[in-house]
Amino acid sequence: MTSWLASISPPSRRDRWLQWCLRATAWVVGGILLFLLLFLLREAWPVLRDVGLMPLFDDPSWHPTEGRYNLLPMLAGTLYAAVGALLIAAPLGWACAAYAVYFAPRRLAAWLQKLIALAAGIPSVVYGLWGLVVLVPLIAAYQPPGASLIAAVLVLAVMILPTIILLTESALRSVPRELLHGAAALGLGQWGSLRRVVVPAARSGLLAAMVLAAARALGETMAVLMVAGNVVQFPATVWDPIRTLSANIALEMAYAMDHHRAALFASGLVLALLVIALMLMAACLHSPCPARESRRGRWA
Amino acid sequence: MVRAAQRNPSANSVSDRIAGKSLTLAALLVAALILWVVVDVLWQGAGRLSWEFVTTAPSDVGRAGGIAPMLVATMLILAVCLAAATPMAIATAIWLAEFAAAGRALRLSLDVLAGMPSIVFGLFGYVFFVHMLGLGFSILAGGLTLACMVLPVVTRACEESLRALPDGYRLGCAALGVSRAATLWRLQLPAAMPGLAVGIVLGIGRALAETAALLYTSGYVDRMPTSFSDSGRALSIHIFDMSMNVPGGDRGAYGTALVLLVMLIGINAVVFAISTWWSETRLEQA
Amino acid sequence: MRWMVAIGGLAAVMGAVWALSPAPSATGGTGRDQSRLVVTGSSTVAPLLGEIAKHYEVHMSAARVDVQTGGSARGITDVRQGLADIGMVSRTLKDNESDLHAYPIARDGIGLIVHADNPLSDIRTAQVQAIYTGAVTHWRELGGLDQPTTVVHKAEGRSTLELFLAHFGLHNTDVRPHMVIGDNAQGIKAVAGNRAAIGYVSIGAAEYAIEQGTPIKLLSLDGKPANSGRVRAGDYPLTRTLTLVTSAPAAGVARRFIDYLLSEQARDVVVGQYFAPLAP
Repeated sequence: MTSWLASISPPSRRDRWLQWCLRATAWVVGGILLFLLLFLLREAWPVLRDVGLMPLFDDPSWHPTEGRYNLLPMLAGTLYAAVGALLIAAPLGWACAAYAVYFAPRRLAAWLQKLIALAAGIPSVVYGLWGLVVLVPLIAAYQPPGASLIAAVLVLAVMILPTIILLTESALRSVPRELLHGAAALGLGQWGSLRRVVVPAARSGLLAAMVLAAARALGETMAVLMVAGNVVQFPATVWDPIRTLSANIALEMAYAMDHHRAALFASGLVLALLVIALMLMAACLHSPCPARESRRGRWA
Repeated sequence: MVRAAQRNPSANSVSDRIAGKSLTLAALLVAALILWVVVDVLWQGAGRLSWEFVTTAPSDVGRAGGIAPMLVATMLILAVCLAAATPMAIATAIWLAEFAAAGRALRLSLDVLAGMPSIVFGLFGYVFFVHMLGLGFSILAGGLTLACMVLPVVTRACEESLRALPDGYRLGCAALGVSRAATLWRLQLPAAMPGLAVGIVLGIGRALAETAALLYTSGYVDRMPTSFSDSGRALSIHIFDMSMNVPGGDRGAYGTALVLLVMLIGINAVVFAISTWWSETRLEQA
Repeated sequence: MRWMVAIGGLAAVMGAVWALSPAPSATGGTGRDQSRLVVTGSSTVAPLLGEIAKHYEVHMSAARVDVQTGGSARGITDVRQGLADIGMVSRTLKDNESDLHAYPIARDGIGLIVHADNPLSDIRTAQVQAIYTGAVTHWRELGGLDQPTTVVHKAEGRSTLELFLAHFGLHNTDVRPHMVIGDNAQGIKAVAGNRAAIGYVSIGAAEYAIEQGTPIKLLSLDGKPANSGRVRAGDYPLTRTLTLVTSAPAAGVARRFIDYLLSEQARDVVVGQYFAPLAP
């Protein structure tokens, strides 16, 4: 790929002007992330200044109007819900993607593809509606009150399935054919070549799919708000209600003042930092380090 | 492909058959789960759907009447979002694809932004657009917040489509002494248009589906908006409100969900049609 | 390298914006026109004001009245920051809120609600305390259903929550909820959808929902029936005054709207929403 920088003729004045415009826009766009974090910090500042950072994690409870700001139960709720959803969705998603890419008859694969693309576009609030009207009463019939960690896990799992499947499919498709032909020549069966050749070769893509899906599950607000019960606590069982960081913001923001409000912005900041860490991880996976590259070289 | 292995009879072992069966089962389970959600919405929503439903205002806090003001508000929010996001996204995409030799930091920041939870955008919009810029709870504030949210998605899609253009375009024009601006405007942008369209339509899909970012920016008012500075309730917020806050509102929520779903399916079809058509014409060129 | 410089520059600019940005002023720079009235705040008062706004627009003036819910605290914050012309507050003002001008408009009570199938019809203060602190976890102990209780509680910052806790002498830290909700409507919906649930909401909102056919029941508290009539007669223990607030003495459209609200014409709407009009 040649870029303009490498082209022969010197840029005209109009080109310079264009280039500066584009550069300025690019800076603005690149600055949004920074801007966003700065604003969160600015609004969270009162509570960080007056209360400090540690009380956000070691206060006895979350009762902001009584000056208690412990975010840990909600951090735990967020992580439990996201990890639980991943544990369910990842194996299913990988299997479904492997089926669609390698096993399904071509027409069926095309239909599956369309269905999954449709599911990927369904708004989270619709998944929440389904969870609230269909899933929660089902769970409540078995173990009241129904709105619980397990409801959040199931709704999130269904919601992130399409993300995992689409990303896994593209990772699987990017495995060079030569590897598969080689595997077949060596007498490996379908399962053998999938397990011994395709999965190792596509590993970074599979992990990246997991990480991106995890980011989506961590940040989801509406679907979780609608089915999780929103009680601030460390759940003892999966039938207990939980509250996630994002649901906490949506539930209390409208009613919050002063330090309560600042604490909600702090929980937004925690959420943002969590997601940034995950996205950086995904970025590392996408552009593999040289060591992994050379290993891939040996397979090819 | 793995199918090639099937021709090798000795390789077609028991483990293959077990694996094939269990993967099929998993795919069936996934399809069943997704169909459960989709059919549930179709089934429950179809009863509520009628011409009146999409053309009248709600009454009795949404239990009766329709969703016309929400449809209009959603469209206005979308319009603001696209008007702000599209030019910026395309300009940034051009910068990334054509000029930036090392756009790593910008790309990374866009990727991180793409993964940012929507409620965080909501908080940002609430502080920046609603309070600091003094837009109040308005369609303008909601649309601009959404614009920040869809920017990375649209930008990356546009960048991909610009990158996919053959280098010959650039080199040919440079050899003919055509300025870069003219090359971009006359040749590259038109050639990449279908890809840009896919990017924009992807952004529309994201924006239509969004709820959390709008809760504290465009507000709840369920009346017909008369200007961009009015508060307007988006369809997704209406679904949330009806299902959470209105006893007996589930039917209305399902009806609204069905309308939203049909819009999104339409958008899906458009993306699919454009990208298929585009790859076909590109194949012909090759 | 260039990017590091760029990011540094951006950070400096942002920092400057951050440092220089003025605190939102009380007057507000929204530049809204005079014909629009923005009302935000308590979700208890919002349905009433929404209804009155419709009547006002039809009968009195072409002004547009936008009603946004979000809780009493938001009403106060928005009025202070100039985001709203009028704030709705479902309690009397606190000492640190004396900078605002208050206009009491009606009285409302807070009632305990259960599902219509629940045989219970009266509840004692001690029983409420026991249920909400987790000392009683099964309806059998109260002579109700054969099911464990589902305690519906409100999220932090709601004035209904504050009044409820104060009346029953509870600390929020001692409450053991099974479900936490936001608005009255959400509480009513949660209780209507769960036979074993108990919650507390605005009596006006509950009576309105019951009239709409929602399967819930207002429990009498210590033998005092919970309904708007009793609230009006001052014969129910847990009541509050619904109040509107403005940052400066109400003038112009806001003044006319508040006057209309307190007028004879609006009285029927207040009663229709099951609130108790203030004694004239």
